[in-house]
Amino acid sequence: MTDMPFDWLTFAEFSLVGLASGGLLALIALGFVLVYKGTRVINFAMGEFMMIGAYLFWTFAVPMKLHWGIALALTVVGISVVAAVVERLVLRPLSGQPTISIVMATIGLAGLLHGLAEGIWGGKDLALPQILPRKPVLLGEVMLQGQVLWSFVIAIALIAAFTAYFRFSRNGIAMRAAASDPVTAYAMGIDVRRTARLTWMFAGVTGAVAGIIVASMTSLTPSLGNVALGVLAVIILGGLDSIAGAIIAGLIVGWLESVTVMLFGGLARDVVPYVVVLVILMVRPYGLFGTRDIERL
Amino acid sequence: MRVGDFKASYAHDEALFDTPTQRAWFGVLIVAALAFPLLGGNYLTYLACLLGIHLIAATGLNIITGYTGLISLGHAAFMGVGCYVAAWLANKGVPFWLTLPAAGLVTALVGVVVGIPSLRIKGLYLAVATLAAQFVLGFVFREWESFTGGVRGANIPPADLFGLALNTDTRLYYLILGLVVAMLAAARNLFRTRVGRAFIAIRDRDISAEVLGISLFHYKLLAFAIGSFYAGVAGGLFGYFFRAVTPEVFGFAQSIFYLAAIIVGGLGSILGTVLGAVFMTMMPEILRTALTIVEQLGVSDAGVFLAPLRAVVFGLLIVGFLILEPHGLAEIWRRVRRFFHLWPFRT
Repeated sequence: MTDMPFDWLTFAEFSLVGLASGGLLALIALGFVLVYKGTRVINFAMGEFMMIGAYLFWTFAVPMKLHWGIALALTVVGISVVAAVVERLVLRPLSGQPTISIVMATIGLAGLLHGLAEGIWGGKDLALPQILPRKPVLLGEVMLQGQVLWSFVIAIALIAAFTAYFRFSRNGIAMRAAASDPVTAYAMGIDVRRTARLTWMFAGVTGAVAGIIVASMTSLTPSLGNVALGVLAVIILGGLDSIAGAIIAGLIVGWLESVTVMLFGGLARDVVPYVVVLVILMVRPYGLFGTRDIERL
Repeated sequence: MRVGDFKASYAHDEALFDTPTQRAWFGVLIVAALAFPLLGGNYLTYLACLLGIHLIAATGLNIITGYTGLISLGHAAFMGVGCYVAAWLANKGVPFWLTLPAAGLVTALVGVVVGIPSLRIKGLYLAVATLAAQFVLGFVFREWESFTGGVRGANIPPADLFGLALNTDTRLYYLILGLVVAMLAAARNLFRTRVGRAFIAIRDRDISAEVLGISLFHYKLLAFAIGSFYAGVAGGLFGYFFRAVTPEVFGFAQSIFYLAAIIVGGLGSILGTVLGAVFMTMMPEILRTALTIVEQLGVSDAGVFLAPLRAVVFGLLIVGFLILEPHGLAEIWRRVRRFFHLWPFRT
């Protein structure tokens, strides 16, 4: 493409697709940020939550032939249970342990969930029912796939819902308090264990929704969760503990990926998020909006 | 019962194995290891070679992660660098005794570059940075075809040590055994020197270490260099052992394998590295045998569950050891030893 004159229309199209898929990245990033804010853990098993969520949805919607709304509701319940069990059995016994232990534990957990899913559902490609309309949408001269646009809308709606929940609901405020200072929150009568559990459940639900969207756009395999490792770029860029950062960084990374595909071809796409990570970590380790840690002895 | 640790001379105090019992058992171990290919048969010799390679790589990771406290999720990619450098040099006709150290040195250099972010960041952020390095290096392995052979993979001619062709597993076994003993002894001794103690100080509290005059810049990069050197040598051996490699071999899953080995064995312990590497190398074999038995009992195609079962067991082991025995098998070993030393009293 390099010898052709720069085509602004194609550029606009790729940019728009990138921004729209950035919404999905932001949604996955939200799952990471929720857990990090709430419990100071990067959940390397986030991708596995997505994958398990998508498989649960498939089980309810395809072999059991339930309406997709009911299937979705059951999936939300199912993934919440999984997340709560994980929090109780793995993360709680490790609270207060050094970072390295907790990172490893979530990585071990990822392997465990991956193996379980492959054992239960097999390694074959499964197709999810098409719930998002496929019809392309025209924005001016630029055409956008229906699925991409709708996934963007769902992602933004979910992020807005969570933001409102943290701002206005009693539980949400308790969770924010527990996140900013667990000891004081505990002294003020907030059940910190309960907020940690809730945090993990919310992250699970976010992951499940993102997983269903990803699976319905491509196909469902046990390695679906690998998408989430690329999203680490988004949270590092946005700052680990900033929801606004997750959204803006999601859009930036989505746009970058898409434009890279246009300029250098599809192969380079996979490596973009990781190059972004390395550059950000060298230049601004706490991201665009993250809190700067000050360490005291 | 042993009542105390009485050391009458400096030589005794400095000995690696300080009791006659330890020395005797170590002698038995060496003799057993030397006789192993003669008694064990082809398959066990193959496994032993693989174990040796895993041991060297895991020791490298334990130096970076277990002793210096810098989390590395990209160890397999370091091995890949070593393997491809060795392959490239070997195909250019460079003699074997040069390719292996060269593989180690180039990997050490790459390790230093990857380790640069560790000067500004640590903990979770460093984990993410090394993960990113793993994927970027994986991309390079796939795409830099003139150097690595791309997805089709690279071929490596058999090793040739001063005219002796190391073309069978048995011959390669003795080379690997020699290297394992030398590199483990070097690692064990490293932590009795100024450098090794600086690593441990950095792991325990890096700010305090810096206040004490330990240059973080110098020692963190040195830790990455030494650990990556081990990975590079292991990667080179891996190449000579399998003779053909593709980029997937050095993927994220393999990095997790080494992390699992040092967690199960014991972070910051050479004995732990050995126990963990043995355990993790044997685990898939044990699972495979178990599934074959299940298959013979009449359950058809139990074999398809090998990959998922392996993932589940690895995951359970990592999580289980972190929660129940954070110091790993090495600590269990110490407890068993103490029990016998103090018998009939209980601790």
